[in-house]
Amino acid sequence: MAAQPDIATGRLSQPEYARNFGDIEPPLTPQQAPIEASRCYFCYDAPCIEACPTGIDIPSFIHKIASDNIRGAALDILQANIFGGACARVCPTEELCEEVCVRTAQEGKPVNIGLLQRYATDRFFEGGEQPFERAAPTGRRIAVVGAGPAGMSCAHGLARLGHEVTVYEARDKAGGLNEYGIAAYKMIDDFAQRELDFILAVGGITLEPNRALGADISLAGLRRDYDAVFLATGQAGVKALEIEGQSLGGVRPAIDYIAELRQAGDLSALPVGRRIVVIGGGNTAIDIAVQTKRLGAEDVTICYRRGPDEMGATWHEQEVAQTSGVKIKHWVRPVRLHGENGHVSGIELEYTTLGDDGRLAGAGDTAILPADSVFTAIGQVLIADPLAEGSSELLDLRDGRIAVDEELQTSLPGVFAGGDCIDGLDLTVQAVEDGKIAARAIDRLLSR
Amino acid sequence: MADLRCNFAGIESPNPFWLASAPPTDKYYNVERAFKAGWGGVVWKTVGEPIVNVSSRYGAVEHNGSRMAGFTNIELISDRPVEANLREIKQIKREWPDRALVVSLMVPCDEESWKTILADVEDTEADGIELNFGCPHGMSERGMGSAVGQVPDYVEMVAAWCKKHTRMPVIVKLTPNITDIRYPARAARKGNADAVSLINTLASIIGVDLDTMAPEPIVNGKGTHGGFCGPAVKPVALRMVGDLARDPECRGMAISGIGGISTWRDAAEFISLGAGTVQVCTAAMHRGFKIVEDMVDGLSNWMDEKGYRTLSDFQGAAVGNYVEWGELDMNYEIVARIDQDLCIKCGLCHVTCEDTSHQSISALRIDGERRYEVIDEECVGCNLCMYVCPVDGCITMEPVDNGKPYVTWADDPRNPANRVQAAE
Repeated sequence: MAAQPDIATGRLSQPEYARNFGDIEPPLTPQQAPIEASRCYFCYDAPCIEACPTGIDIPSFIHKIASDNIRGAALDILQANIFGGACARVCPTEELCEEVCVRTAQEGKPVNIGLLQRYATDRFFEGGEQPFERAAPTGRRIAVVGAGPAGMSCAHGLARLGHEVTVYEARDKAGGLNEYGIAAYKMIDDFAQRELDFILAVGGITLEPNRALGADISLAGLRRDYDAVFLATGQAGVKALEIEGQSLGGVRPAIDYIAELRQAGDLSALPVGRRIVVIGGGNTAIDIAVQTKRLGAEDVTICYRRGPDEMGATWHEQEVAQTSGVKIKHWVRPVRLHGENGHVSGIELEYTTLGDDGRLAGAGDTAILPADSVFTAIGQVLIADPLAEGSSELLDLRDGRIAVDEELQTSLPGVFAGGDCIDGLDLTVQAVEDGKIAARAIDRLLSR
Repeated sequence: MADLRCNFAGIESPNPFWLASAPPTDKYYNVERAFKAGWGGVVWKTVGEPIVNVSSRYGAVEHNGSRMAGFTNIELISDRPVEANLREIKQIKREWPDRALVVSLMVPCDEESWKTILADVEDTEADGIELNFGCPHGMSERGMGSAVGQVPDYVEMVAAWCKKHTRMPVIVKLTPNITDIRYPARAARKGNADAVSLINTLASIIGVDLDTMAPEPIVNGKGTHGGFCGPAVKPVALRMVGDLARDPECRGMAISGIGGISTWRDAAEFISLGAGTVQVCTAAMHRGFKIVEDMVDGLSNWMDEKGYRTLSDFQGAAVGNYVEWGELDMNYEIVARIDQDLCIKCGLCHVTCEDTSHQSISALRIDGERRYEVIDEECVGCNLCMYVCPVDGCITMEPVDNGKPYVTWADDPRNPANRVQAAE
């Protein structure tokens, strides 16, 4: 009686795919940029600088856009944040620089710092200049594990200081979440790889793809062969749903599908369900929901166990989901997955409520949502095993992540860590800052 | 509703908004559209021996994304035959008798030339003439325009010829490219001119193209100085209008205010400093003739709000308060006040006070929150913080009641001259 799972390719026409996966926010034109730049008050002790994890001098670069000193603006950005181009696209500015922009207090409309940053960096990259130089060779060699924003930021910092860096990456391509995890419409035209090319062009960085820690290399080996090690492995594991039916076909971690989508050459060849249910409330939940909707799914519902204020996704991301036609169902939690012939056919949800003690409680009544696909986006975890494998010493962990001191040094001397594998904001921009801090700390250590 | 009619040196118009002598007034077609839009009068584009213009002709200053904050031109007088101009002037005046129609003139500096053209203009039944002694570019190289306006003796001489050879009211348009505007104005008065209009454009280079290394606007790789106008020149014009309005030797001469007038408020300011009409050009060239609707409407609404029934109710009302520095009260004291509820923490008041001179606004962090506070003892009441503050009403300058009398510098004990006297 129930229909077969309706999972199909080619739900849309090619122009529709192109429109749905083009820039979600169009870049500023040369005419718009100086006008938006002129909205910046050039604050003293500007709150935006303080809110930026990489401390970009935002009023300065915006002032330079206004005066048509685009190279100066771009270098202000890139010197503080080598991933300034990616961060311009993916930073949740509504919770960082733009939230504290004094214009937000004044009129609820901050200076569009993200788009201005993109304008400056895009225009600079068009020129093809390599502005960074390396210091005299130090003869020191450092291993970086993980070629995401944290690892590459650290590698770039170290290379500029004259060190030789080898970056080991478990996947085919470098870039980390910029390449595999960010929603496609935030990073179009292969920007992640173009940005990596720019970062690598400084020289002194050797990429070793398809070399996974714990399989192809070991921490003990790296410590033996290099003067220092920076771990930037991210969080490769996903939390399991742990409900009945979780192993049914069509139930997948959101990040796996997003990675597939990011690597798909032809989006019309990517199968997508007609009715999609997403479990979770963070930005990954939004990303999978909006992207499947834009691939042509008919009904996409995000199920979150609490209200809109508690969602990990920013208000802006929630708005993007809703204006993309995604439904967000609050105050429900999954209790059971229903299946047919081994494939998921629906999800049973229980309504939730806040108990008198302020804790989440089931309300008892349930509802069933039909689904052709269920995606889980309930968090990622550090897979710690490879960190110990082959090493006589164990790294200290804290709350399931690598424990570090202020200089991002782990419990093992000479081994540093940053990005999502340590506790923090779990943002690209924070990962970049971690890489910067670690590069300086490693340099100090090696200069002693 | 306020009555905006005015009588300017005998020339009647339904409102004080005239289009200045410029491209928008160079032919019947434009002027008819201007009158339909509601302009009270026009000063017809300067008539004289037709010239040939170059291209390009205009340049503009863009400020913070605001286009044409300043504007320049290198055009000359009318490029159309004198007869064509006069024929159209006659026609439009007949069709629009209630509007002011003044003809701007520029001919070589000899009595016969002026006498001839005056007779022809009179025949059009235009309301008056304006002598273009202002144009600072091109024509001045041929001994006309500002070349005449910069020599008070010539101004007086030509004004006198015109008064001698015509019954029409004579308005002398003054150039601001002179050290003291009162001298040519007084000369016009001596020549029996009925009125002056000011300012004409400021001699200027609007910019340099850094690729071609040529001043703008560029004519085949070269540039020449132009006449600068638009909102940026308004302060210069206001000051010159004010200088004439309070000059006893210019008393009795009507003043038509020109220079960067874009809104009714600009016009009200000129009128409060003594102008009887105002002339507009750049604003109309920027947005078209329709802007006059708001000028008329806005001025009328403001006058109603203030209880002014006619223009004369406030014309010149600010002249008495425009004084020399030496007449200012040395004992007047104001101090900046920051409304902390309105403050958005941009810190501009602090850094500008810090870097300008007075270091009288402190930058504090209270429990991590930014807070900017005025140090009363250090504040000299300069207004800078009030102007840099982006929030209206957040920083105000509050008078301090110090109980001291109005004292000018001449009587101030801090004046070294007074100290010497006291010692004696």
